[in-house]
Amino acid sequence: MLTRLAGGRVFDPANGIDGVVRDVCFDDGRIVADPGPGAGGRTIDVGGAVVMAGAIDMHTHIGGGKVNLARLLLPEDHRTSAYARDEMLRACCGRAAPSTLATGYRYAEMGYTMCFEPAMLPVNARQTHLEMGDTPIVDKGAYALLGNDDFLLRMLAAGEPQEKINDYVAWTLDASQAIAIKVVNPGGISAFKFNQRRLDVDEKHTHYGVTPRRVLQALTRAVHELQVPHALHVHGSNLGIPGNVDSTLATIEAADGLPIHLTHIQFHSYGAEGDRKFSSAAARIAEAINTHPNASCDVGQIMFGQTVTMSGDSMSQWRNAGLGRPNKSVVMDIECDAGCGVVPFRYRDRSFVNALQWAIGLEIFLLVRDPWRVFLTTDHPNGAPFTTYPHLIRLLMDRAFRNEMLERIDPDARAASTLGSLTREYSLYEIAIMTRAAPARTLGLADRGHLGAGASADVVVYRDDPDRERMFEKPQLVFKGGRLVVRDGKIVEITTGDTHVVKPAFDRAAIEGSLRPYFERFLTMRLESFRISDDEACECGNGARLVVHRCCRPGAAA
Amino acid sequence: MTDGYNARVMMTSTPPVPASSTGIDQDSAEGDVPVTCPFCGLLCDDVAVSARESSIDVRARGCATSRDGFARAGSQALAERASPRIKGRSASLDDAIAASASILRDAALPLISGLATDVAGARAALALADRCGAVVDHMNSPAKFRNLLAFQDRGWVSTTLAEARNRADVVVVIGARAEARFPRLFERILGPADSLVGLAAAERRIVVVGRGPNPSTGPAATLRIEVDATQLHDVVAGLAAIAAKRPIHAAQVAGIPLERLRAVVELLRGARYGVVTWAAPDLEVAHAELAVQAIARLVAELNATTRCAALPLGGTDGDFTADAVSLWQTGLPFRTSFASGKPRFEPWLHDGRRMLQGGEVDALLWIATLGVQAPPKTALPTIMIGSHDQVAAADCDVAIPVGTPGIDHAGHLVRVDKVVTLRLAACRPSSLPRAAEVLDGIRQRI
Repeated sequence: MLTRLAGGRVFDPANGIDGVVRDVCFDDGRIVADPGPGAGGRTIDVGGAVVMAGAIDMHTHIGGGKVNLARLLLPEDHRTSAYARDEMLRACCGRAAPSTLATGYRYAEMGYTMCFEPAMLPVNARQTHLEMGDTPIVDKGAYALLGNDDFLLRMLAAGEPQEKINDYVAWTLDASQAIAIKVVNPGGISAFKFNQRRLDVDEKHTHYGVTPRRVLQALTRAVHELQVPHALHVHGSNLGIPGNVDSTLATIEAADGLPIHLTHIQFHSYGAEGDRKFSSAAARIAEAINTHPNASCDVGQIMFGQTVTMSGDSMSQWRNAGLGRPNKSVVMDIECDAGCGVVPFRYRDRSFVNALQWAIGLEIFLLVRDPWRVFLTTDHPNGAPFTTYPHLIRLLMDRAFRNEMLERIDPDARAASTLGSLTREYSLYEIAIMTRAAPARTLGLADRGHLGAGASADVVVYRDDPDRERMFEKPQLVFKGGRLVVRDGKIVEITTGDTHVVKPAFDRAAIEGSLRPYFERFLTMRLESFRISDDEACECGNGARLVVHRCCRPGAAA
Repeated sequence: MTDGYNARVMMTSTPPVPASSTGIDQDSAEGDVPVTCPFCGLLCDDVAVSARESSIDVRARGCATSRDGFARAGSQALAERASPRIKGRSASLDDAIAASASILRDAALPLISGLATDVAGARAALALADRCGAVVDHMNSPAKFRNLLAFQDRGWVSTTLAEARNRADVVVVIGARAEARFPRLFERILGPADSLVGLAAAERRIVVVGRGPNPSTGPAATLRIEVDATQLHDVVAGLAAIAAKRPIHAAQVAGIPLERLRAVVELLRGARYGVVTWAAPDLEVAHAELAVQAIARLVAELNATTRCAALPLGGTDGDFTADAVSLWQTGLPFRTSFASGKPRFEPWLHDGRRMLQGGEVDALLWIATLGVQAPPKTALPTIMIGSHDQVAAADCDVAIPVGTPGIDHAGHLVRVDKVVTLRLAACRPSSLPRAAEVLDGIRQRI
């Protein structure tokens, strides 16, 4: 049935529409061109409201082994955040480490219709897909982790040709059913297994003799040559260490001009100046992003309060384990594939370091000029739970509010930050870019993140409230694939989201010819057990449809 | 734009890949094709079986556990006799489902336990628990909570099978029954000849703490600390104290001279990658979680200078599987109650056995599809959903035979190290329903 959302102010940056009052029509799950009056169907008056495509979180830890470890580790989080079942929703809990049900419910209630798990260990991919399958309403996809697996490091040490690396990367995307490739602390997670405690961009891995720079070069090139839409997604070296800005700048240079995405860049934008040897390097980082059109970033903003950090970066998490609040942690070496670490954190506004971290994130948001290349994330839950997004949006859109918050933080951190002098306020159009149009474009989702004809009818209607936090917290209406799933912030229907993947072409026989003996000699399962078929991905997804996106260079005609 | 070979797979532009070109085995394994054995947490995926209509035989790479498991679950004679029963009488599946729903509907506080099932079964069991306000606990919880309580208190540094296989130059096995519980642990994981880092089998040093036979495969124990199972916790506490350089005002621990324990710590300290492994059921003492904490402390201390990791062994009877599903769906592990409408985790209050014995629950749903898991004796109304050989022996108000994952139908199970989930293919066609179908059916009738 045709649905017409009539009279809303539409923000649809992918189609250049900036606050124009117009109708949005959809039928059978897809946006359609306005068929004009007399076409029938239902009309919903949304006059005065703001209409956007469904929001997309391109970096949020929603499923997989490390998330389940965090859930198990934090009964504290769950005692105070339990939700009762009702006629529509099942009982669930969690704020910092929410259950899959809570994750799907809370995202949908905020107008998010797609979420991407950015750290899927290929060896743990099945569990990740099973968890995403139990995350209702929203669409999902995952980035496969490479760059610390012994197979790739051996190939690099042996000087194998780029074509073979490309085949392996494509094979991994296919076998794990992923949409992008991520590298975490390139080579460093593996190095930690060999008792190395730090690995800077040009330091050699003690066993393989390979540098993080070489890993970055091989993977950025593979992703580029395979025409995977999303650039290599990079969690850089030396996370959280004062002075790590130099590693981050070296990481950007290591891409040699090829596309690169720097994730949770706030955690990688630290100087080592001042009395406390900890300072903001946001200006240098923002300048680097501004002058490198091949680079994009998401921020990983921190917010004050209790959360839990979960990361593939076992090297960094072991280093940070002593900072855990409550004081406990999990660090794992995983299956010659990767690693992980879980450390609960309580960020405090009266802590100099935490307060400056908060300011650094906001500085980056305000200093990076192109909203198409900076994404709104808290690196859920590492900087803060995703439920803080409406508050973050208000900080970006409302300078007076931001300065009010700035007054509350540690005074030394306030003095060490330029935040108070930054006058920029994000517009609704820019927020729509950061949270809709740009994530869809970077991931190659041609039919998402916009409201043009043919797009999936993922549509959100917000009341135009000058308090942007209140506005983005509780949308008036959320449609997913054309179905009304949320009304006034309450879920009214549970749907099953799609699973999004890419499948670049590759030489299966060649790469499996190398992989099969490797599996047989060293690993603890057969190659056939490792791979997830398309049918199985759907089964894991609780009947989700598998949507295969086209591999082509960004900007190429679809 | 859509379709191809699978209506659920949408291509946004490139043509679909024909299923055959993916080279992935389809649902059934015939002849001597390797299958994944569901009967212990190792989930060995190289077991060659020959599946016939009347029986399933393990042909190669089996062990006592897998041979017995496949023989029982594969016996067609037993499967044919298995039919749903209500109060001992044969009944239709539909009637048995209705009778089960009626028991759960009438109960003020039902207990859903056993939970030896695959991911689909666990998903369905949790949805049912949510619907009928049940308490959920796994049959293996008494042992499992020894690890869980220690984990929730401080966490630990741990590892997985392939890491242990390729890197461990020193392995300390706490308890002498690891091989009995996981028969191919030494053969496949702790003793192979080849390693990614060039570690030769002869270089691996194995320390066994406990009294029992030497492992029959893999390298022989380099060092044995012979103590009874009831003294294991003293030994690990001693090892942790030595590693932390704490003063010990005794010459012996559990009758073992301190020097022997120092030798174990020195071996680990000198290792490139030490592994400390145990199976929680072997720690048969009160508050065994303190012993697990001591292991975690030992490992943490060693990581100050070298690498060392814990490898807790579990996963048998689907305990890690149901636990994982419970954690991701609800946010909480077993011993969670849905009675109030909100999920509430309480490791002592919601101990299923304790509640059953104390009359705090008034109905039991027992799920047992992975080998031998008999329900506890109780006078309460009891529903058993189990593999056909289990159900045949059960004396319950309602008994519903279902398939075994990996024998009768495909399914997913979580392996011994919690990281790897494997898909088990069906060995042969089967008319038995899946536990998940039966559980969903019951939920829909409530």
